[in-house]
Amino acid sequence: MLEIKDLHAGVEGNEIVKGISLSINKGEIHAIMGPNGSGKSTLAKILSGHPAYETTAGNITFEGQDLLEMDAEQRSIAGIFMGFQYPVEVPGVNNAEFLRMAHNARRVNAGEEEVDPLDFDELLSEKMKMLGMEKKYKERNLNDGFSGGEKKKNEILQMAILEPKLSILDETDSGLDIDALRIVAEGVNKLRSENNALILITHYQRLLDYIKPDFVHVLSKGKIIKSGDKALALELESQGYDWVTSSN
Amino acid sequence: MSDEQNSVSDLLEDNQYKYGFTTDVESETFAKGLNEEVVRAISKKKNEPEFMLNFRLKAFEKWKTMKEPAWPNVHYPPIDFQDISYYSAPKKKKQLASLDEVDPEVMRTFEKLGIPLDEQKKLANVAVDAVFDSVSVATTHKKKLMEQGIIFCPISEALQDYPELVEEYLGTVVPVGDNYYAALNSAVFTDGSFVYIPPDTISPMEISTYFRINTEETGQFERTLIICAENSYVSYLEGCTAPQFDTNQLHAAVVELVTMDNAEIKYSTVQNWYAGDKETGQGGIYNFVTKRGKCAGENSKISWTQVETGSAITWKYPSCILQGDNSSGEFYSVALTNGHMQADTGTKMIHIGKNTRSSIISKGISADHSSNSYRGQVKVGKNATNARNYSQCDSMLVGDKCSAHTFPYIETANNSVQVEHEAATSKISEDQLFYFESRGISRENAIEAVISGFCKDVFKQLPMEFAVEAQKLLTLKLEDSVG
Repeated sequence: MLEIKDLHAGVEGNEIVKGISLSINKGEIHAIMGPNGSGKSTLAKILSGHPAYETTAGNITFEGQDLLEMDAEQRSIAGIFMGFQYPVEVPGVNNAEFLRMAHNARRVNAGEEEVDPLDFDELLSEKMKMLGMEKKYKERNLNDGFSGGEKKKNEILQMAILEPKLSILDETDSGLDIDALRIVAEGVNKLRSENNALILITHYQRLLDYIKPDFVHVLSKGKIIKSGDKALALELESQGYDWVTSSN
Repeated sequence: MSDEQNSVSDLLEDNQYKYGFTTDVESETFAKGLNEEVVRAISKKKNEPEFMLNFRLKAFEKWKTMKEPAWPNVHYPPIDFQDISYYSAPKKKKQLASLDEVDPEVMRTFEKLGIPLDEQKKLANVAVDAVFDSVSVATTHKKKLMEQGIIFCPISEALQDYPELVEEYLGTVVPVGDNYYAALNSAVFTDGSFVYIPPDTISPMEISTYFRINTEETGQFERTLIICAENSYVSYLEGCTAPQFDTNQLHAAVVELVTMDNAEIKYSTVQNWYAGDKETGQGGIYNFVTKRGKCAGENSKISWTQVETGSAITWKYPSCILQGDNSSGEFYSVALTNGHMQADTGTKMIHIGKNTRSSIISKGISADHSSNSYRGQVKVGKNATNARNYSQCDSMLVGDKCSAHTFPYIETANNSVQVEHEAATSKISEDQLFYFESRGISRENAIEAVISGFCKDVFKQLPMEFAVEAQKLLTLKLEDSVG
């Protein structure tokens, strides 16, 4: 599904990612872990198509298409979802209306008719029920005045509406207390299927107690220095990042 | 980043000022310059009753003693009032008996602007008075309105047919010497619209005037007078465009509204005058306008809604004099400035009667190198017991070279008064747009959503078609300014 080959990338001329290769198939969950400054969030920004970040070498393909040639809008339409670490607040834009715009953008692209607010409300209510979300998420403005936990839940609601093929969750666990973390993780688990794939970018292994990865990759100084299964994450938890970074 | 934005705007041909064309019609234009002879000539040209000539001459005498206001937060080189022509009209041979006699080029101009005037194509639910340079060229649905006693005609015609009505009300809300531009207008105005709604009448359709400046170096000085008698209601729309010229053109209008007991006037404007070259700031309209309504009767109401998206300079404060007890005034405004535009706009709410209420919702959007000022005055007289005002003035900045200013003035002479003022400043950011894009929503739709969210409280006051048009207009204007 996603193929990253010898990716070099950075921001404002500083190379931060220095040769990452990674292959992700449908149905798989990959966790990318690493200390601060290891290049995790640069990788996430590159995958999302953030215009401030640039690729200097290597390539990325998504279902055979050259991902780096696509802008953020096209990537989303193609089925990639980015769960942001810091979702922005957009006062004045109703959350339900925003979700309907996003949903309709996909439908229009697929040559289908736009869904009107009433029909969309049914779909939205169904997804919110599945995720156990309160009604306020429909009524409020997009992330406006949301707490950290509410913003992350709202990202998962967007993911549920957009039904992406590949989701990248960037530090989704940061800033969440244990209850919020559990709710978010349960939501993500409900959205899993054998047809979609997930990349979890995280500093701590605690998220992985709730969402079980098939693969764990440790990133340090812009490179993957170790890959393994869930056991690797547990080992990192007990020994710290020094254990892998120094033994490498 | 900027490459990406350019490619977006390149795709949108509409991004240009699409009303910038001129129409080739034979016009009768006065030589440039202003003196008493010109004032008399205008009055004579229009075959006006004597009171009108005296009104003009009085205004002209006042004007000569006055100075251009220096307090607005706008900057421009001095205007040479002797370098402007004060009258320009498409040439005609005789009095027009029907629309068929209007110059077809003029008719086509309005059609191109989306305002068809001929009987077959005219808009079904809106009566239109089309003003081309200095004169009204066509008014639709006149007969149908007259069936209910509603008078809707060019003010020049009203001076012929209903001189006593005009004489009774003209200058009662905006006196001839009110301010520099109002005095100038009172001396030299050439046309505009006149509306009279008789008692106990709800106007069956929207009434509108569409202003078009065509001739270079002509000033447009139109005068609008709307009177709404007891228990009546009218909704009035105003639209404006002008061709693209490198020189600045002056537009100094005066609008007066009067409401009697239990009457209501709702006045909506979408202003899209040519704003000058976006890069250099050259050319564009100077929009120096005095708009004021008087709630003369008890329980009467005047509501101003404006969407200001054009003009090189805007200087405009649609105001309400709340004279009748329990009367109310509203001001809803969206003012967008981009390129090198300057706007100093707002309102005045003068509370005189008891239990008078006013609300002000102002949304300023500044982009590029523009400057956008809100200036508002709430004045409560000593007899205005229990008067209430609520003001909310929000600014949105797009980019970091523009500026937004808020100048609220509050004066109260009565202790039972409640005045609330809220203000907020926000930014439309690249991060917000990226967030939309990463959900598959185009940049254009994202800007539209953010702007319409910001302007929601104002747009919902506009008639439906106007609201849609206003929203599109704002989106197009901001398309390549965000970043």
